[in-house]
Amino acid sequence: MSKTLFEKIWDSHLVKEENGRSLLYVDRHLVHEVTSPQAFDGLRMNKRKVRRADLTFATMDHNVPTNDRSLPIVDQTSSIQIQTLEKNCKEFGIPLFDIHSPNQGIVHVIGPELGITLPGSTIVCGDSHTSTHGAFGALAFGIGTSDVEHVLATQCIWMQKSKTFEIKIDGKRKNPHAVTAKDIILSIIKKIGTAGANGTVIEYRGETISELTMEQRMTICNMSIEAGARAGLIAPDEKTFQYLRGRRYAPQNYDEYVEYWKENLKTDSNAKFDKSFTLVADNILPQVSWGTNPAMTVDVTGNVPFPEEYANGNVEEEKAAVKALQYMDLKPGIPVTDIYIDRVFIGSCTNSRLEDLIEASKVVKGNKVSSKVRAMVVPGSQLVKKNAEELGLDRIFKDAGFEWRESGCSMCLGMNPDILAAGERCASTSNRNFEGRQGAGGRTHLVSPVMAAAAAIWGHFVDVRELDLN
Amino acid sequence: MEPFKKIKSIATPLDKVNVDTDQIIPKQFLKLIQKTGFGQYLFYDWRYEKDFTQKRDFVLNNPKFKNSKILLARDNFGCGSSREHAVWALLDYGFRAIISTSFADIFYNNCFKNGVLPIKVSAKLLQQLFEATSEIEIDLDKQTITSDKLSISFEIEPHWKKILLEGLDDIAVTLQHENSISNYEKLQAESKFKIS
Repeated sequence: MSKTLFEKIWDSHLVKEENGRSLLYVDRHLVHEVTSPQAFDGLRMNKRKVRRADLTFATMDHNVPTNDRSLPIVDQTSSIQIQTLEKNCKEFGIPLFDIHSPNQGIVHVIGPELGITLPGSTIVCGDSHTSTHGAFGALAFGIGTSDVEHVLATQCIWMQKSKTFEIKIDGKRKNPHAVTAKDIILSIIKKIGTAGANGTVIEYRGETISELTMEQRMTICNMSIEAGARAGLIAPDEKTFQYLRGRRYAPQNYDEYVEYWKENLKTDSNAKFDKSFTLVADNILPQVSWGTNPAMTVDVTGNVPFPEEYANGNVEEEKAAVKALQYMDLKPGIPVTDIYIDRVFIGSCTNSRLEDLIEASKVVKGNKVSSKVRAMVVPGSQLVKKNAEELGLDRIFKDAGFEWRESGCSMCLGMNPDILAAGERCASTSNRNFEGRQGAGGRTHLVSPVMAAAAAIWGHFVDVRELDLN
Repeated sequence: MEPFKKIKSIATPLDKVNVDTDQIIPKQFLKLIQKTGFGQYLFYDWRYEKDFTQKRDFVLNNPKFKNSKILLARDNFGCGSSREHAVWALLDYGFRAIISTSFADIFYNNCFKNGVLPIKVSAKLLQQLFEATSEIEIDLDKQTITSDKLSISFEIEPHWKKILLEGLDDIAVTLQHENSISNYEKLQAESKFKIS
């Protein structure tokens, strides 16, 4: 029988089916400080062990400060959470990339970097952006803390089989430096909505996807959850195999694995998806979110929409748009390029990898950050930071007036001291523009790294297609 | 986990679509390392002024809904972050059931793991519930929602129903399948292309 890639990975991890649900084996469990303490407590209370500490990897990313790492952590509660993870990893024998490790970083950045993420594997993590790992042809699910405990104890997870959703991206972007992977995924979410993929696992396919680099594919898969998907997948190809070759946890007899993956990890030509959507990439423009969810997004050449125009007849959505405009303090009808910003954040598991920083640096080089803007770059991992510094990117950003930070989730969710003040408006390369996400009362506009960099220099959004980015 | 059988209460109508888990429990409260005590922070930014006084126009602050155990909300409730703290906050506040037209997947799962019942109904029935003013009763065993004017039946996955009704520990259930898990591991260990 013909199968999709999702069905192949699913079937090969099936331990048991019962009562309409399936028990799947988990190949990799990634753990961080925020969603794990209650899970470890649960294990202790029930005198349970971690079944496969060898398949479990931990780091601290969500609330680590991104300033000088030699300083003590001021926030007591953050400090306790970080110490708790250290203690738990020690007690249960789990490898930990701690705050001083050269491999510390955002969990979804270090997984691929270390070769923990492998094609055809199942990966879970107590974080919704686990979908990122799907870029490697891994079936990767974000889970809650009860499931973190469940996986620690059993190395398995109960799931209901998702529907399959094919998203085809065809055509060629006219200016791939200005129209990025971020603009592709924002365009998709804008079209299908924040619940457009609920109950499904997306497989991204098509000419445009093949052309993307691994880091760009990660940006796409990362935001699958913003459309409600359970996971996002891209079939592995030469780029995938090349990216993972020689990484610390990649298999020894790598070439044999590659042959096996090539043969087994693709959707059969006549396999059927439950649902399908096609996006033509030719005419995609740089995107800017204007509202309080990622579907509230427009082209950089567009205007902030009127609620009735956005809602298209849906009363509830219209009410939500009115509230969003109020929260964002935006008037409908104004050009996006007239929106002035106070802060710029380049970072997060969506856009904090080396290529993101290289692209952003092209805009920044030789320019100065607008006097009205405070801008920061937070590399996704210590390795990204090191590689960027070897290329001299830190100098380019710092000379322009950017802050150059240590790695972590930082202002994507503001659990550490990097937050927006009430009323501040931010051009952010992160993934969520929810009310208060980057700080209570803060206003977030989701954009690509080049769009964020340009906004830092000009103080307002600009159409980066007009810049020389080659 | 406390079993879920029947509950009866007035329902709190939260008239919003796409309520995300960042709204249900903002990030500054994710640093606690227990599962309890989150109720006071539920819907924090909607519920409180800067000085921690209650905002008058927010539905949870209406005394009429003070002891409500049922929350009504519009489409796609619980989207965004996987934080289970959102469910802990709802439960700690006193909600045992949430009724909407749809839920985000991770949130939906997290509910059952904590003895909270998420119920999906059609937009039309949800509207009727929003308009109901009397108490409503949810009977999980019979899969019904009833009030003086309404009688609705709902669907629920059989395994979740069993877990809620009996208040089962999901890990204990899984550990009964130890043989299947070890068999899988054994096969993997022998595989030439093992990844686990």
